[in-house]
Amino acid sequence: MDAVVVRDLVVERGRRRVLQDLSFAVPPGQVTGLLGPSGSGKSTLMRAVVGVQRVRSGQVTVLGEPAGSPGLRTRVGYVTQAPSVYADLTVRENARYFAALYGRGAREADAALADVGLHEAASQLVGNLSGGQRGRASLACALVGEPELLVLDEPTVGLDPVLRVELWERFAGLAAAGTTLLVSSHVMDEAARCDRLLLLRDGALLADTTPARLRADGRSDDLEQAFLTLVRASEAAAA
Amino acid sequence: MTAATAGRVLRQLRHDPRTIAMMLLVPSLLLGLLYLLWKDLPTAPGQTSTFDRVGLTMLGIFPFVVMFLVTSIAMLRERTSGTLERLLTTPLSRPALLFGYGTAFGLAATVQAVVTVAVATTVYDLEVAGSLALVVLIAVVNAVLGVALGLLASAFASSEFQAVQFMPVIVLPQFFLCGLLVPREQMAGWLQAVSDVLPLTYAVEALQEVGRSTEATGRMWADTAVVAGVAALALALAAGTLRRRTS
Repeated sequence: MDAVVVRDLVVERGRRRVLQDLSFAVPPGQVTGLLGPSGSGKSTLMRAVVGVQRVRSGQVTVLGEPAGSPGLRTRVGYVTQAPSVYADLTVRENARYFAALYGRGAREADAALADVGLHEAASQLVGNLSGGQRGRASLACALVGEPELLVLDEPTVGLDPVLRVELWERFAGLAAAGTTLLVSSHVMDEAARCDRLLLLRDGALLADTTPARLRADGRSDDLEQAFLTLVRASEAAAA
Repeated sequence: MTAATAGRVLRQLRHDPRTIAMMLLVPSLLLGLLYLLWKDLPTAPGQTSTFDRVGLTMLGIFPFVVMFLVTSIAMLRERTSGTLERLLTTPLSRPALLFGYGTAFGLAATVQAVVTVAVATTVYDLEVAGSLALVVLIAVVNAVLGVALGLLASAFASSEFQAVQFMPVIVLPQFFLCGLLVPREQMAGWLQAVSDVLPLTYAVEALQEVGRSTEATGRMWADTAVVAGVAALALALAAGTLRRRTS
């Protein structure tokens, strides 16, 4: 069974149509990358998947239930683009609070901090951390619930290359253990680390593909170049 | 989860020692100012001194004002930092979140009330006929009312500037009409009617009852129940303003 099934999803903000008629499925136990330029609707789509976005029409089914169902709250972890943790608490206090909400203890909280490489900063106030560390603290607060589906909105922004690689390896490890990940990024070189790719542009799905297929379709080994070729082809078709 | 949330809010407070110091000391210091203001003025024989009358009432008004302000800002921060949206995707229920806030700030208010009542009755010789424990109880119920109205008001504020301005809007009319500045019997009829539906009126009346009679009166309990009821209502309304889905 697919972890996420989106059918004919339309989202409007004011008069603007942010997502137009999206349909796709996210397979379980894989890393699915949601890629597209800033403003293409990635965050809105992720909000719809976790059930905090008001939608105009269409269905979003997550782990067999309608998105946002009470039963999903222990099964889905969500990390927003701006780190949403308490700046006036220490890293450990944040992790323990979210652990308590998911019915976990201090041990799981410490393990989640170690997972994102923050165990040494555990007793620092989040407000005193760098932007990248804050983002990882926010990620740890979702990992602590050991969700079946992790929805991560641009988790690697502002991270140094070493940490970024480590985090993507961690995502692959989670997927290998059965977790489904939906990860957004606007950096095409991260696309190569995904099992599947959803390419979004102006609120429409440009391609539902894999890195290998994107290289073949775009006739380039460079994913960025391949993406551009696809964009130009779709624009030519529309014109 | 209410306990985890209350613990989290108190931990946030603990990292902010200046706020704790102000919460605990400012009411006592302001009360001291009132004490000095009226200290040397004569009191007609058989009358309650002005400080005894006003000071006792202030014991109920301080926690209401302070907790209203602290809570509305805390909840606004929760909304603007994205943590509220995140919490609403976790198993935490909306009532548990609000009761967590109510519990945390209710506890802080208890400590504040104990300190203020202790200072008022020892240093400033405030005369209270009834039990001081009842004064603390009414102060805490008032604080919870402040928390509940603060949570509700924060839903209508989109910035800190707006949030702090809700304080005069919500608090001052209640203060003007509660019977402290002008006895309620002497107000114009319609003002009395407005005063009848404002919760602070009942809080002040309850405190005056404790100030007058050595035993707890039925009216005092009824007044306290009204304040607690309005607090519960405001909490329920505040829960309604927490929308899981937003556009």
